[in-house]
Amino acid sequence: MKLATFRGGVHPFEGKELSRHRAIVDFVPESETMVYPLSQHIGAPAVPAVKVKEYVKVGQCIGLAQGVVSANVLSSVSGTVKAIAPHLTASGAMVQSIIITNDFLYEKVEEFGKERDWTLLTREEKLEIIKAAGIVGMGGAAFPTHVKLSPKNPDAIDTVIVNGAECEPYLTSDERVMLEEPEKVIGGLQIILSLFPNAKGVIGIESNKPEAVKKLTEMSEGLPNISVCPLKTKYPQGGERTLIYAVTGRKINYQMLPADVGCVVDNIDTVVSVYQAVAKGFPLLRRIVTVTGDAIASSVNFRVPTGVLYKDLVEKAGGFCKEPAKILSGGPMMGQALFSLEIPVTKNSSALTCLSRDEVAESKESPCIRCGRCAQVCPGHILPQLAVEYAQRGDLEMFEKVDGLECCECGCCSYICPARRPLTQVMKQARKDTLALKRQKGGR
Amino acid sequence: MAYHVSTSPHVRDEKTTRQLMTDVLIALLPAAVAGAVWFGWHAFLLEIVCVAAAVGFEYLFQRCMKKEITAFDGSAAVTGLLLAMNLPSQFPVWKALLGAAFAMLVGKPLSGGLGQNFMNPALGGRVFLSISFAGSMTDFSLASGSLAAAKINETVSSATPLALAQEGVISLKDVFFGTTLGVIGETSAVLLILGGLYLLMRKVIQVHIPLAYLGSFLIMMIIFGPQHWNVQYLAGQLFSGGLMLGAFFMATDYVTSPITEKGKVLFGVLLGVLTAIFRLYGSSAEGVSYAIIIGNLLVPLIEKVTRPVAFGREGKKYGRKE
Repeated sequence: MKLATFRGGVHPFEGKELSRHRAIVDFVPESETMVYPLSQHIGAPAVPAVKVKEYVKVGQCIGLAQGVVSANVLSSVSGTVKAIAPHLTASGAMVQSIIITNDFLYEKVEEFGKERDWTLLTREEKLEIIKAAGIVGMGGAAFPTHVKLSPKNPDAIDTVIVNGAECEPYLTSDERVMLEEPEKVIGGLQIILSLFPNAKGVIGIESNKPEAVKKLTEMSEGLPNISVCPLKTKYPQGGERTLIYAVTGRKINYQMLPADVGCVVDNIDTVVSVYQAVAKGFPLLRRIVTVTGDAIASSVNFRVPTGVLYKDLVEKAGGFCKEPAKILSGGPMMGQALFSLEIPVTKNSSALTCLSRDEVAESKESPCIRCGRCAQVCPGHILPQLAVEYAQRGDLEMFEKVDGLECCECGCCSYICPARRPLTQVMKQARKDTLALKRQKGGR
Repeated sequence: MAYHVSTSPHVRDEKTTRQLMTDVLIALLPAAVAGAVWFGWHAFLLEIVCVAAAVGFEYLFQRCMKKEITAFDGSAAVTGLLLAMNLPSQFPVWKALLGAAFAMLVGKPLSGGLGQNFMNPALGGRVFLSISFAGSMTDFSLASGSLAAAKINETVSSATPLALAQEGVISLKDVFFGTTLGVIGETSAVLLILGGLYLLMRKVIQVHIPLAYLGSFLIMMIIFGPQHWNVQYLAGQLFSGGLMLGAFFMATDYVTSPITEKGKVLFGVLLGVLTAIFRLYGSSAEGVSYAIIIGNLLVPLIEKVTRPVAFGREGKKYGRKE
């Protein structure tokens, strides 16, 4: 069978064997301090809904969504609010956070875990539950899900794509979820489909996860509105634009939303969270995190309550077996390098990848030889070499003219460059500067 | 404990500039060795001298200009070897040194250095020598005692196979295996094609340029050539002269060929058409070098008109596909 895919992309070392056969383990917090940043989503930060020394329960809203694009923050433990203060997050920024002292009693809010027959709920009720549960896109961008599921014209949506590509190297959390909780994936998709009367559901899975493809194909048999689309294993297959193209043949550029071409895209774990919240009454309090890399003694997939610090994950995974040179929140292609492990697990944490070698520090930049590899792998079909040349000259006007803004920052060009030029890095900065300049001039 | 911090991506492909250049050297080696075996020790000496001189001149230049030393990344060695393979087997060493100096001191760094030079430096060196020492560059006499001299009858030795091919009297077997006359590296079509296939297989080059070049050249020859469909004549044209060396190794030089895929095709077609015109109507038998150099000069323009459309920016076509 021909696998759906896109033009461009790279094949980095997958590293998934380290953890893909490890069943998800529930992580039980042992240290007292839990940290909940008020901004773990795209959009306005939530505002504190509790005061210092207040007692909070499991599932209680401690940060209230502000404005249209924002998301609630909930406590995953019971205990007292110790402080409301800035705390270091994976992005490297200090973010206002609610810090709670865990009392290990796990007192729950009243409505916690109450099952419902979701088929009796109205569209508005379902969206309200999703919003209250604090669900955001867990593929990385953390866009509030209730906003994503409320496009202007729900009838125009004809495809709901569940992103099970997991193209980022080393990550296995989505794969484990698909193998262990496929019924929740299907259930969550059914709930989302009930919001869009004209939509069909497609679960896109990379071919390097044959068991997941098989399992979900079997489960979707007999369901007329759900199918599985096996995808070619290639990074960045799970990028929103490349995934929509592979599944539907439609293309969007950086200024468009998936809804503009009739699509809604949600990550595997997001869909499961929707199911847990709407059908089972569990708000979003945990995250599947792959703790992996050659520096970790024993790679593992944890189901972690949000608020736990990364250093505790490392400890539970048996600590380091080699001196780590680089620690990433996420995978090696798009992850954030960390300088400290005093960082809390948030809704969009996907992995903690600990590498004993830093290939970036080992490689030395040399002049561009115009081999054109960056252009061959660019999924945005731009010429990274050309755009970077303009960016480095400070010519942002030309940078925009040669479609520099269409860069999705996937990292393929930097990965492939034989001269080891930091193409993606320059593109990111130039995009930021260009977009800021455009905003100054008044809207895009 | 201190961890490294940088922005993503955090991994790199294993291929580096040096490895790509090493692959090009490996691909050139069979034809270079065959040339040395066929033409004798002087050809071998020329190859060694040109490679050493190219690397040495680049090193000296970078040293004197207090630039970062990149002379050993393999690109200078490729230039040197290509230059040697473009010389007749009895070419004087001091003239070859001059050619290497022109390539590495004028052709490359003065137009911006690695990645910026607009002309293939090896070809620049060759053309410089052709203009300066026209006699030596067309003197295809053979070293006595070499395999070539033993096989080839002195009476035909004044004509290169390409000249013979023009007249249609040529042994295809000889041009294919390289047991014939010509410059050091261009005689064996089969070894050059094998080298080209190696580069394609290792994904060092893409197929666009060689295919468009050879294809358009062939079509031009069929239409405008004196013998149209004569397979013997066409094969002779294809396998003799610098065409294979040019199509696989010189036209595909990264720095002086277009980056865009459409541009590569356009570039290849342009070279094929120019080479055919030069061979059919030009005064000298050889047309590959000049065709490639003219093509090199047009690369910025070709790239400008073939810039790909960004994903999702396909004019009216983007959006819903119904």
